[in-house]
Amino acid sequence: MIKVGVKILPRLEVLDTQGRAVEKTLEQHGRKVDQARVGKYVELQVNENSEAGALKKAQEIAEFVLYNPLIETFELEIVKA
Amino acid sequence: MKKVGILRFWGTNCDRDIWQAAEVCGFKPEWLWQDDSFEAKDYAYFVVPGGFSYGDYLRCGSLAAQTPAMKSLREASNKGFPIIGICNGFQILCEAKLLPGVLVRNESQRFIDDWAELKVENKSPFTQSVGQRIRLPIAHGEGRFFAGDDELKKLEDNGQIWMRYMDNPNGSLKDIAGVMNDQKNVCGLMPHPERALLEWMGGVDGHPFFLEAAR
Repeated sequence: MIKVGVKILPRLEVLDTQGRAVEKTLEQHGRKVDQARVGKYVELQVNENSEAGALKKAQEIAEFVLYNPLIETFELEIVKA
Repeated sequence: MKKVGILRFWGTNCDRDIWQAAEVCGFKPEWLWQDDSFEAKDYAYFVVPGGFSYGDYLRCGSLAAQTPAMKSLREASNKGFPIIGICNGFQILCEAKLLPGVLVRNESQRFIDDWAELKVENKSPFTQSVGQRIRLPIAHGEGRFFAGDDELKKLEDNGQIWMRYMDNPNGSLKDIAGVMNDQKNVCGLMPHPERALLEWMGGVDGHPFFLEAAR
């Protein structure tokens, strides 16, 4: 069993309303940041023997349904136990 | 009597309204459950109603878009049957790539429940006798239409922009409230025509949507 993390973020050109709300709250509380972006993280446990195989499978799953290329980008990472 | 196919998913909640609209317009409505497969030939048109399919999990419409019922709907679309997606139904059709673009959170970050003035830009199977200016209810949190610049230009050039808001409530690009596919048989809009069917509802501009699409 290998765990693959799928990190999904809104594209820069898409207005990230959640990120904007977070930025505003941070600023109101003296913790101003240049930018906050809010995405999602999906952890997939896949039945593969190699990390390469696990990444390939996760890539296919991400492209199938986990992200929408019009508004999001994604990155994969192997989750170490 | 011609049938109207109404798709239902976990979390669909405008389905009964569509049922009533189809009956009022002289059709025999029929439920099509998310796990069902169906043949298009017996139906006048199909409706993907509003609601919160699959709890809006992951992205609005994204999980409903992958169901067996949507596979059958894709076949119906390829055969040219009229299909209308309303609100969450519009989101589902976009996620299924039966329609271009995507609906994202309103610019205001608020859920909007109001009436909207609309300009019907191009003819569709569902608005053959609808006037150029209509008024329909809206109720959505994620109704801001988004597409890339090239896609938006293509929609303009091909006459695929179905309707626009007169006073943009949600930050939709190009004020878009509804779009069509390039064949113009698949139509999606955020406003709710089924909520403007009879006078006591506050308006009747939605009535023709459910009368006309029969082939």
